[in-house]
Amino acid sequence: MSEVILLAVTGAGLGAIYFLVASGLSLIYGLMGVLNFAHGVFLSLGAFLGLEVAQRLGASSWTGFAVSLLVGALAGAVFAALTERVLVQKLYNRHIEQVLVTVGLGLAAVALFDGIWGTDPRFPRGPAWLDETSTIGGANIPNIVFVAIIAAAAVLAAIVLFLKHTRYGMIIRAGVENRSMVTALGIDVRNAFTLVFTIGGAAAGIGGVLASHHFGYVSPMLGQTLLIFAFIVTVIGGLGSLIGAAVASVLVALLQQFANFYLWGTGDFAVVVLLALVLLTRPSGLMGRKA
Amino acid sequence: MTAMNTQKADEKVQGKVAAMRKAARAPQDGPGSQGTRSRLLALIVPVGLVVLLACLPLLNISIPGVLPGATYTPGTLHMLALAMVMAGVALSYHLLFGVAGLLSFGHALYFGLGAYGLGIVMEKLELGLVPAALVVIVAGLVMSTILGAVSLQVTGIPFAMVTLAFAQAGFVLVRKNPGGLTGGEEGMRLPTDYVPDWLVGVADTRNLYWVALAALVLAFVIVTWVQRSRAGHVAEAVRENELRVQVLGMRPFLVKLAIFVSASVIAAGMGMVHLLLNSGAVPHTMSAEFTISLLLMVVLGGVGSRWGAVAGAFVYVILSQRLAVLAQSSAIDDLPAVLAIPLSEPMFILGTIFILVVMFLPGGLAALGLRVRALFSRRARAELDEGTRTPGELVQEDGQQP
Repeated sequence: MSEVILLAVTGAGLGAIYFLVASGLSLIYGLMGVLNFAHGVFLSLGAFLGLEVAQRLGASSWTGFAVSLLVGALAGAVFAALTERVLVQKLYNRHIEQVLVTVGLGLAAVALFDGIWGTDPRFPRGPAWLDETSTIGGANIPNIVFVAIIAAAAVLAAIVLFLKHTRYGMIIRAGVENRSMVTALGIDVRNAFTLVFTIGGAAAGIGGVLASHHFGYVSPMLGQTLLIFAFIVTVIGGLGSLIGAAVASVLVALLQQFANFYLWGTGDFAVVVLLALVLLTRPSGLMGRKA
Repeated sequence: MTAMNTQKADEKVQGKVAAMRKAARAPQDGPGSQGTRSRLLALIVPVGLVVLLACLPLLNISIPGVLPGATYTPGTLHMLALAMVMAGVALSYHLLFGVAGLLSFGHALYFGLGAYGLGIVMEKLELGLVPAALVVIVAGLVMSTILGAVSLQVTGIPFAMVTLAFAQAGFVLVRKNPGGLTGGEEGMRLPTDYVPDWLVGVADTRNLYWVALAALVLAFVIVTWVQRSRAGHVAEAVRENELRVQVLGMRPFLVKLAIFVSASVIAAGMGMVHLLLNSGAVPHTMSAEFTISLLLMVVLGGVGSRWGAVAGAFVYVILSQRLAVLAQSSAIDDLPAVLAIPLSEPMFILGTIFILVVMFLPGGLAALGLRVRALFSRRARAELDEGTRTPGELVQEDGQQP
């Protein structure tokens, strides 16, 4: 029993990290039709800068950890906003070119990180409590898992509140629903685009700092590796659906954990099989709109 | 005398009439059908190029800065052969992306299948090179038919994601080293016992070079044939307007699947050559980055152009190899870190070039060639005015925006 609890809770933790990456991807795709291949590098940059700051402030202090989360979020947000303004927005309404530009940015940025931080993984240290475990129903669960789940829940709540109760949130929701109608009403959606990129980048940056503690390392490829699972999560959840992304994140991570443990380490395959099944039965994803 | 003069005058008149006819016809006809002379030229140039490439190992030509050494040296031949293999894969990617408008992020899967598959089949089934290659081709056919049928349930960006996921599964499998078959992270060595002697060893780089050249020519011929076949034309029509093709009573799905399968099989074939050329296979050949590098080559060369794909692959391979050499030079080391770090990362430079091409040079190298010609010829200018096509125009969008 404790085995199942352990797998379920750590799975939820992994799902939380997937969600932090996938939420931005899903919003960006929903509003702009852009599959953002540079989303992983927002995450990596957040993780690296978070690590640097935490080391300066004392890696094992709580202040250091909190500031590293903040710096990660900021780094991701700024990088994402710049990406949108400098590259993506210039290719207005040319979706494939927008995707290609993010592909190029992903390549260039990973190479740059290689040059700055080296290709070898670096190992972040956090407050001692993060490395300890808590016991739930006989299962010893690393505390970082709880932090990841709480952070993801907070980000989800913040984004939902923002989308539901602010003017810009309303524009974004309407834009996801029908962009040309919003434009026809005389609302400039371009600021909404930048905003969506910024929010997504911030979530990815937080995800980066948490992922570095969760997996115990940071490398230039970390973001791009997680990105692929985030893609799968977004497709399964339904492109453009935030709640779909949240549900699918947990589903995918749980499946991965259980398959890795009970089915001889076949977690990644189980995920791909799930993807194929979902596409064959519901091509628009679990919560996506009918195309 | 007079008879000759009239004859000359006649010839002149006839020549003029022919020229006028040609001029009248030219605007309507597309490029490539401007009379027998240019048709002949269109045949002579590629044949001459292939003959020249085939002779390179016997010649002593040095291009400092581009080639690592004289053309007969194994180092240079290896680089050129690699460029030819990549050009072959890029051509198959052109079939997917340029012709059918299918933006796949998992093409590396089939290339890797060719490379790993050939090695494994030779070693485990103890088959010779040719029978093993046939087995791998059949495996590639079966696998691409199944996976293509699943991926083609969706179009546009979701298609890109699904193909990426399948390729990623292959990448993970190869790295896990199931049953000690693939050698995990280290990669797999070519089982030399089953390969003819003349294809093994540095001294035989020349032979491998010719094999690569033959494979590239074969790939070019197959891609041209597929593109000009009925399926190719329908695929182009599907790219422009799938609904209309459906209304006409054709099955877009089957056509797209046919293109997907042929592109995959060509990629598997080039993967096999890659295994021989590099005496082994590494997981990188199955990674998403590999597919992305193919995309880079095709976009760099100009989407929708076969020669563009070939040129893009050559530029990519030569740039990445030469930039890597440059990165280790002392000239770079002496620069301040702000310059030295980006300049010592070939992928940074290539990624930046790629971004610049996408943003400022729609149509890639092919369009650049046209632009240069436009300075001298009116026809090229007219062609340019028609607009070089951007990748986006060649890809079926999701149609999420009405």
